[in-house]
Amino acid sequence: MATKITQSDELLGLDRGALIEMLRWMVLGRRFEERAGEMYQVGEIGGFCHLYIGQEAVAVGALTPLRGDDYVITAYRDHVHGLVRGMDPGAIMAELFGRVDGSSKGKGGSMHLFDAATNFMGGHAIVGGHLPIAVGIGYAIRYRDTDQVCVCFLGDSVANIGAFNEALNMAALFRLPVIFIIENNQYGMGTAVHRAAAIENLADRACAYSGMQGWTIDGMEVLEVRRTVEMAVERARTHKLPSLIEAKTYRFVGHSMSDPNYGHYRTKEEVHQFKAHDDPIKGYIETLRAHGMIKESELSDIEAEVKKIVDDSVEFAKRSPVPQADDLYDDIYSGEYPDAKRRDPWR
Amino acid sequence: MAVITYRDALNQALREEMRRDPDIFLMGEEVGAYQGAYKVSRGLLEEFGEWRVRDMPIAELGFTGLGVGAAMVGLRPIVEYMTWSFALLAIDGIVNSAAKMRYMSGSQFKMPITFRGPSGAANQLAATHSQALDSWYAHVPGLKVVAPATARDAKGLLKSAIRDDDPVVFLEGELLYGSKDDVPEDEDFTLPLGVSEIKRPGRDVTVVVHSRPLHSALAAADTLEREDGISVEVIDPRTLRPMDIDTVLDSVRKTNRCVIVEEGWPVCGIGAQIVDDIQREAFDYLDAPIARVTGADAPHPYAANLEQLHFPQADLIVKAIRQVCYRD
Ligand SMILES: Cc1ncc(C[n+]2csc(CCOP(=O)(O)OP(=O)(O)O)c2C)c(N)n1
Ligand SMILES: [Mg+2]
Repeated sequence: MATKITQSDELLGLDRGALIEMLRWMVLGRRFEERAGEMYQVGEIGGFCHLYIGQEAVAVGALTPLRGDDYVITAYRDHVHGLVRGMDPGAIMAELFGRVDGSSKGKGGSMHLFDAATNFMGGHAIVGGHLPIAVGIGYAIRYRDTDQVCVCFLGDSVANIGAFNEALNMAALFRLPVIFIIENNQYGMGTAVHRAAAIENLADRACAYSGMQGWTIDGMEVLEVRRTVEMAVERARTHKLPSLIEAKTYRFVGHSMSDPNYGHYRTKEEVHQFKAHDDPIKGYIETLRAHGMIKESELSDIEAEVKKIVDDSVEFAKRSPVPQADDLYDDIYSGEYPDAKRRDPWR
Repeated sequence: MAVITYRDALNQALREEMRRDPDIFLMGEEVGAYQGAYKVSRGLLEEFGEWRVRDMPIAELGFTGLGVGAAMVGLRPIVEYMTWSFALLAIDGIVNSAAKMRYMSGSQFKMPITFRGPSGAANQLAATHSQALDSWYAHVPGLKVVAPATARDAKGLLKSAIRDDDPVVFLEGELLYGSKDDVPEDEDFTLPLGVSEIKRPGRDVTVVVHSRPLHSALAAADTLEREDGISVEVIDPRTLRPMDIDTVLDSVRKTNRCVIVEEGWPVCGIGAQIVDDIQREAFDYLDAPIARVTGADAPHPYAANLEQLHFPQADLIVKAIRQVCYRD
């Protein structure tokens, strides 16, 4: 995948403000993740922490054309989807820190971000588990006869798990407004896509479901992602048809903070090659420059603005207290749960 | 004997058994080229090749069924789950297929398959990645369930599990992989399934505990010996089904007091079954109600401080033992 300069008619008719807004989200995503990585290194964040660095064009291209009342659901590599969806960066960082002001009061952690206010439906850590949930959301949309859509992000490896077929079949069968976006970053942990999937382009699997359209696109091109998602949204809103988009991208970092960036499964050179020649942010900046859509001063303004947002999010997280012992038993049921303590006199 | 890690002990067991029997093969996510998510299968792909060390797509239900089919026609599969929480996707293959194949076929087909992988909480992996579902599997007739707490037990019991003609659920401790112990290098070394071990002899109270909490219980026993002069006998059943309950009963008849510890949730847990066995066969020997110390009856929280609170730590076990000894 070489970086392509998008032609002028390919700016999708977006005005300069909208184009720059997309860059701003991508830079925020990048810097937020870099800081999360640093905070992990110093022990503020624990558990499994999967960074999104390198894949920003997918979330930004897919989420910016959505409406506020649409639904979004994704897997565990979820910080940037939450941010672009409009979650408070402080609430995300505090969640990563395991603090009470986190989006899930410190109970969910990095892999389980949720935000009802922005219809951000998680944050799901079991591979494939959220695809049928997306279908359920799509079902409810049809049930209530609204024109919302549900966008469901998934990793490349999910195309090989049983829930993929079950979910896509039901989405097509019931004509549900669900858009499945495969973020094909070329590896599921240490397994290259071709070592796990008996197909070249994962989106070709759409042909198994009538009414479902498949696209395989360059997921390093934010405008290409956006254009494709806009088409899929139109199909979903107007015609109640599901889509399967495969955005080819790359993760610049290890699978999670506890995994190596390269080694048995990919070379250092390969990672370097992508970072140097196929960085979605650099590519987009080139596009904007080529069309005279950005001033150099705006780039530094964005960096400064984003830095402040990220700094503030860390400050907010640090100031937030850790949960209290009794919080362990909250949030299990809608009511009280006295049994927990009755059987457990020791804690 | 050599002091090696739990991880390397499992690796030795796999390697020795695979050398011994060409029908044994290993499969799972990242077991081959990546050398195992927790490096348990390090070097095996290089030695045995891809038909015997198979990297699988993320398709737990699929490759579990593949294992069951291969076992029906005479191979001896070892299925690795990246964690037992992901085996929830494979539960149909384990419970409906593997556990019942012999029964449903009137013993026409045996099921020599081993399901293994890490279980229980690690460091802040949160609600979906931390569960200790030991009692789920122990509930099922047709399965054998093994949960070693030391490197030596891990090696000896895994070799027996692989040699067993019935399906074995083998629960490794995610935080035990780096723990070290004296492990026999002899390739004929095995430990029988279904035999408890007294990990620490004592007179005043019996503690029954398996898997990682064994180490909390041993620490609690040290504290109580030192601070209260209470002599604690610690028994690790090691196999949860079929369980060697006689060793536990003999101990309770001697100490007259019992505390049962497990990482899993309390309701319908392993300890609940042991309490029943004790009250049925040794009720008259008890001088105090049996106490249980379990994982908290809550999903696993992400926050580090709450996660610490969730686990059956040594201080909780100390409190429980003091209570059953009427020392609090
Ligand atoms: C059912 C299940 N099996 C295994 C895992 C462990 N696991 C977590 S992420 C992952 C790789 C997923 O890769 P992919 O879907 O390509 O997403 P990416 O991490 O590349 O974003 C694996 C094996 C899991 N979370 N759930
Ligand atoms: Mg991937």
